[in-house]
Amino acid sequence: MNKSNESTPKTRYINPYLGGVLLGLVLIAANFVSGRGLGASGAFKSVIVSAVDTVAPRHTEHALFYKTYHESHPGGPLKAWLVFQMMGVVVGAFLSGAIFNRLKFKVEHSPKITSKRRIIFAVIGGILFGFGSQLGRGCTSGSALSGMGVMSLGGFISMAFIFGTAYALAYFFRKNWI
Amino acid sequence: MGPLVVNEIISQNTNFFFAFLIGIGFGFILESSGFSSSRKLAGVFYGYDTVVLKVFFTAAIVAMTGLLFLSLFDWIDLDLVYINPTYLWSVIAGGIIMGAGFITGGFCPGTSVCAASIGKIDALFFIGGMVIGILIFTEAYPLLEDFYKAKFLGTPTLGQALGLKDGVVALGVILAAIGMFWVGEWAEKKFAREEY
Repeated sequence: MNKSNESTPKTRYINPYLGGVLLGLVLIAANFVSGRGLGASGAFKSVIVSAVDTVAPRHTEHALFYKTYHESHPGGPLKAWLVFQMMGVVVGAFLSGAIFNRLKFKVEHSPKITSKRRIIFAVIGGILFGFGSQLGRGCTSGSALSGMGVMSLGGFISMAFIFGTAYALAYFFRKNWI
Repeated sequence: MGPLVVNEIISQNTNFFFAFLIGIGFGFILESSGFSSSRKLAGVFYGYDTVVLKVFFTAAIVAMTGLLFLSLFDWIDLDLVYINPTYLWSVIAGGIIMGAGFITGGFCPGTSVCAASIGKIDALFFIGGMVIGILIFTEAYPLLEDFYKAKFLGTPTLGQALGLKDGVVALGVILAAIGMFWVGEWAEKKFAREEY
């Protein structure tokens, strides 16, 4: 048990090193079974491509990105490994929240800022992360963590620039967090 | 033997079923480690909570050494495993933009889904933003394509890039991780803050 658990009976989390070992084993399982790592942003891309297909089929027939995407996904955008994995993530996170008594609707934010400010920054962060994950060919899970697991050069670069930039900017956003 | 689907030991549909099971494990571990809280995640950038560092690097070194051993025993053929390709300019630019997104939004894509799954409304807004960001990329793709594909280096491992054996690199990463864990434990004491 780590110290924060003792001082906070309300929020109980597992030991982070144990969590890391378990996560590493899941990542090994993904590579052993499926020959690939974990991911997140790719699942969103699949859902978005599929949604744009439905709303504007003419557009996706001609626009370069969608055309290329369809050529590389003959089974349709939703028949993708990451889409199934992401459905599992929702179930797994919900189960954990239920077991540890954390299921609750709320906007979590520092007491120094309003919910509105938190939500505005969440949207901005989402836009940046969504765009960056496509440009960088994967997010913290797919590129940084899974890439490092197989020791890919790109994985280490991705990790260094995600965390390096966040540290470099942390001072300017400190009011939002501490 | 492994990877099972590439060696056709299991079918593509069974593979999707395993993807679902693996996802359950992934989501459960992230949530139970505290990755459904943006303030806990952001703590790593201020030192008051370094759970991200500990979980992330423990997972990376466990996976790295585990896969090396599986390959040593011939239980998995690492040549058949997906290695992320390296396009130097886009991985750097993407990383910088994602880092900015991390400190403003407090989540990354996987953790935002975990947080939304237990009812965090700010995470739903982050996901909404992510949809907009991905749409901007897919729609602007013709303009970005040249940059996106520039400076392709193939699929090297860090060891190949440095001219070292993978095992030596793994040892270096493990030592670096232990050093960072030590700094993390120190930072949590120095920048301790009331729990929320």
